Amino acid sequence: MIEATPNSWIRWVPLLPLIGALVHGVLLAFFRKPLARTLTIALSCGSVVAAFALSVLLVNELTRLPADARVMTDAMFTWVGTANFSADAAFLLDPLSAVMILVVTGVGSLIHIYSIGYMDDDQREDRGFARFFCYLNLFTFSMLMLVLGDNLLLMFLGWEGVGLCSYLLIGFWYQDTWNAYCGSKAFIVNRIGDFGFLIGLFLLFWSLSDAGHAAIAFRDIRAAFPTIAEQTVQLPQWLSFLPGFPEWRLTTLIGLCFFLGAAGKSAQIPLYVWLPDAMAGPTPVSALIHAATMVTAGVYMVSRMSFLYAEAPGASAFIAWTGAITALFSATIAIAQTDIKKVLAYSTVSQLGFMFLAAGCGAFGAAMFHVVTHAFFKALLFLAAGSVILAMHHEQDTDKMGGLRKLLPITHKVFGFGVLAIAGFPFMSGFFSKDEILLSARLSHVPGHEALYAVALGTAGITAFYMARLYFRTFLGESRASAQVRAHVHEPANTVTYPLIVLALLSIFGGFIGPAAALNPVKGLLGISDANSNSLANFLAPALASVHHEVDHWTEQKLAIVSVLVAAAGGALAFWMYVLKPGVPVVVRSALGAVHQLVANKYLVDELYDRVFVRPLVWISDRVLYRFFDAGVIDGAIVNGSAATVRGVTSHVLKYAQSGFAQSYLGWTAAGAAVLLIYLALQVA
Amino acid sequence: MIPITHAVALSGILFLLGTLGALTRRNLIVILMSIELMLNAVNLALIAFSRQWGNQAGQLFVLMVIVVAAAEVAVGLGIVLALFRNRESVNVEDASLLKW
Repeated sequence: MIEATPNSWIRWVPLLPLIGALVHGVLLAFFRKPLARTLTIALSCGSVVAAFALSVLLVNELTRLPADARVMTDAMFTWVGTANFSADAAFLLDPLSAVMILVVTGVGSLIHIYSIGYMDDDQREDRGFARFFCYLNLFTFSMLMLVLGDNLLLMFLGWEGVGLCSYLLIGFWYQDTWNAYCGSKAFIVNRIGDFGFLIGLFLLFWSLSDAGHAAIAFRDIRAAFPTIAEQTVQLPQWLSFLPGFPEWRLTTLIGLCFFLGAAGKSAQIPLYVWLPDAMAGPTPVSALIHAATMVTAGVYMVSRMSFLYAEAPGASAFIAWTGAITALFSATIAIAQTDIKKVLAYSTVSQLGFMFLAAGCGAFGAAMFHVVTHAFFKALLFLAAGSVILAMHHEQDTDKMGGLRKLLPITHKVFGFGVLAIAGFPFMSGFFSKDEILLSARLSHVPGHEALYAVALGTAGITAFYMARLYFRTFLGESRASAQVRAHVHEPANTVTYPLIVLALLSIFGGFIGPAAALNPVKGLLGISDANSNSLANFLAPALASVHHEVDHWTEQKLAIVSVLVAAAGGALAFWMYVLKPGVPVVVRSALGAVHQLVANKYLVDELYDRVFVRPLVWISDRVLYRFFDAGVIDGAIVNGSAATVRGVTSHVLKYAQSGFAQSYLGWTAAGAAVLLIYLALQVA
Repeated sequence: MIPITHAVALSGILFLLGTLGALTRRNLIVILMSIELMLNAVNLALIAFSRQWGNQAGQLFVLMVIVVAAAEVAVGLGIVLALFRNRESVNVEDASLLKW
């Protein structure tokens, strides 16, 4: 194991936001008085910005260490201590978590600042400005615990925490029952995934302790992992339909269980259904939680366990295919959506699919790169959409938008850059990360990897199409909004637009933290060579068990050109359909008729889940568990029944002893005394 | 000398008579008298045993029992009087209100 450098500043990165959350929490819960607006901003935004500054300093410290010893730890106290192992409240700062904390605190700071302007209405009506920032801080704390925790238990604590905060924030405007329902849906679906996470955790821990190396900290697990890497499990007969029956690698089983957790948290098939409905929450929430950070927790977790997936080819293949299919599936749904945030939500699901595709192909570095660039441009897109929504007085339907180009110049420009970034415009951030993913898919050893590449490429084209469509429908053409709404459309406050500009710059230039050597346009300048071009990949390499492929530059460049052309084709089709010939979409819609209906209704997956899972479960909960067991057996038979029995016996049998007739009492006493006397007399005899 | 068995047997019979009276008679005053009879039966037994074993404690205890019996009669008659004033009757069957 690499020698770790202790650094007791690491703990302050998650603790600063926690302090913010606690101050708000105590004031709101015990004193029922929210903090004043200026103080709230100072405390909440200040703590996250301070955490970001601290993260920058810490990562800088980290880079000063030699490349093969970049591990810093900070142990606070022993949380669970037993004879065999202990789970400490300790933090691990290595390249992987370094990248994550920069993204979480950096993008998080921008979104906190944005929220000042966005949640202003709630401040004026005292509808929860302080509460919002409390939850945001709590979320930031949980997410940082998730990425900085040095063991699986601490990661799970953060995992659950972000799920909780997701629920609290989605249902922030809980007075509207629909929002509360969406929050519950997110939490419940997440919990299903958490079940998988826990099973994986238990399996891993159990097999490690059986092999004699009980460990829960990541570094310990990684060190002890070879002892169980070759173990197999025997599948029971009823699972004979599974491939690889009757014997599976233990690592595959554990990997799949953990992936179930990732699928829940990062919205992959079959547990993606919560994310589109999570758009019921305020837009900063959608940007922070459901674009930049929480949903990437699954990708982070898989990357953290990369050493396990390197030994689990079955699980990796499953992940790659699930990611690819999810990407394609949700991209097709996005084509037919009219709500701005829904398009972006399905886009997020799709881009997460890309990340898992990369992870499944062993390219964890590419997956993390896409996490970073996606955080930039997706947060940008969501925040810009929020700006539009604010300007249009909380109107989210693009059917009622259009022509906002002149009315919202800044928003329009940054949104445009975001669209270009996600589509993969050359040399923007999305271009570099997406091409790395496509390359890894093509070169991987996953079964059917050519098809995988084709699916990914097609999805990239569809992505360009629906994003361009969104842009055209929102900003170009004639306004379809009423004159009254149009009169009030104006660019929002600076606290809203400045973060947008920063994110736009990051989306455009952020890719240069890790451009592939073959595609780097500034090679040869500033000492950038083939070896150090992809600085992010080089930085992350010691922390990840990635699969490496050698490919010549020309092939890579060819593939890049192909993907740019595909994206351009998608964008051009959207341009033709929505700008040049606006009558075409209506024709297409009526021509496709039922198919369009199906896609616009998200393939009726929610309705399917409702019929198959939700209603039967609710029925069982109500009829069987509540009415029969709880009310009938426990309340009725056991609690009320025993009381009724006692009442029956006393009131029908025992009460007759109270005759009020003193002589009968005396008679019973005398009888009792006689019995006693006889007994004693017999004893003596 | 009178054999002790005679005295104890007499005491037992008196006690039994007293108990039966307390259990069966309807007149409250007769019940009180029966209780007195029980007490006197016990006194007799105590004297007999005291004489048998030459232990003065028995006779002393009898004195105390007599005092207690006297006090008890006073209180008991007071209760009977109060009850009579309320119910115009010393029939014990008329005083069974504390029933289910």
